[in-house]
Amino acid sequence: MSVITWKYASPQYFYPLAGKMIPWFSLLAVIFGAAGLWLGFFVAPTDAQQGEGYRIIFIHVGASWMSMFLYLVMAFWAGIGLSFNTRLSSMMATALAPTGAMFAFLSLWTGALWGKPMWGTWWVWDARLTSELILFFLYLGFIALQAAIDEPRRADKAGAILALVGVVNVPIIYFSVKWWNTLHQGASVSLTQAPSMAKTMLLGMLMMALCFWMYSVAVALMRVRAIMLERERHSEWVANLREVQP
Amino acid sequence: MTWNSPAEFFAMGGYAFYVWGSFGVTALALLIEPMLLKKRRSEVLRSLQRELSAKERSQ
Repeated sequence: MSVITWKYASPQYFYPLAGKMIPWFSLLAVIFGAAGLWLGFFVAPTDAQQGEGYRIIFIHVGASWMSMFLYLVMAFWAGIGLSFNTRLSSMMATALAPTGAMFAFLSLWTGALWGKPMWGTWWVWDARLTSELILFFLYLGFIALQAAIDEPRRADKAGAILALVGVVNVPIIYFSVKWWNTLHQGASVSLTQAPSMAKTMLLGMLMMALCFWMYSVAVALMRVRAIMLERERHSEWVANLREVQP
Repeated sequence: MTWNSPAEFFAMGGYAFYVWGSFGVTALALLIEPMLLKKRRSEVLRSLQRELSAKERSQ
């Protein structure tokens, strides 16, 4: 087991494996996405208070979850790369950042479009919204910091420190609705309480979240493959790849 | 089924701008990102091919 695991920690072996995994994760994303949109638009009932406007929930919650989850995964790989000096782990962290930033942006964007009709404002400086905005800036900071350092291994290390320090923000986002009075509603899904929303709404939301999750895996693998080629362009394994033969 | 006609579906009970503004931008983002990555990959591959063929000629 450990032999197999370590083997795939090397870009040379991970590159073709990732290539084989991309179509499967893309397919799963499409299937979950189709199911989620069907449930969200055609099965889930109209909300008693918010009418049809609540349907933004189907992407807002999934995008917000992914923005936080991808940050943790990114910080995890950055931390592994920093402690064990494994270059593939650091490349994985670099590959996750733009997708995480995109989901953080989508969370803020859909939140603004939901806030306007329901709260009467696009934006308030309350705990939940502000901490999510900080998450977006942390992603941008990570990307900008790595882009500013020419030597890739040094960029990995500097980025890892930033990513790890920023982890403190994730529980702040998550618990912000409990710790402070905010305009934002409480957690949509709780592990300790029975679901408060209709079953079909919950299921649609989970399907969309799974769609975003599978999508994130697929694009992160696509990006990490490009990064491997860019960084290891002068290595033998890259020169021997069939797709680079002139 | 919640909707009686396509027009009613697209109107989203008066929330069309907010609902479609959310879903539209999300769909766009999820389509553009993989497209950019495909472009990035083909650019790397092309430059690698150029490098390799230059190396072959010089040998």
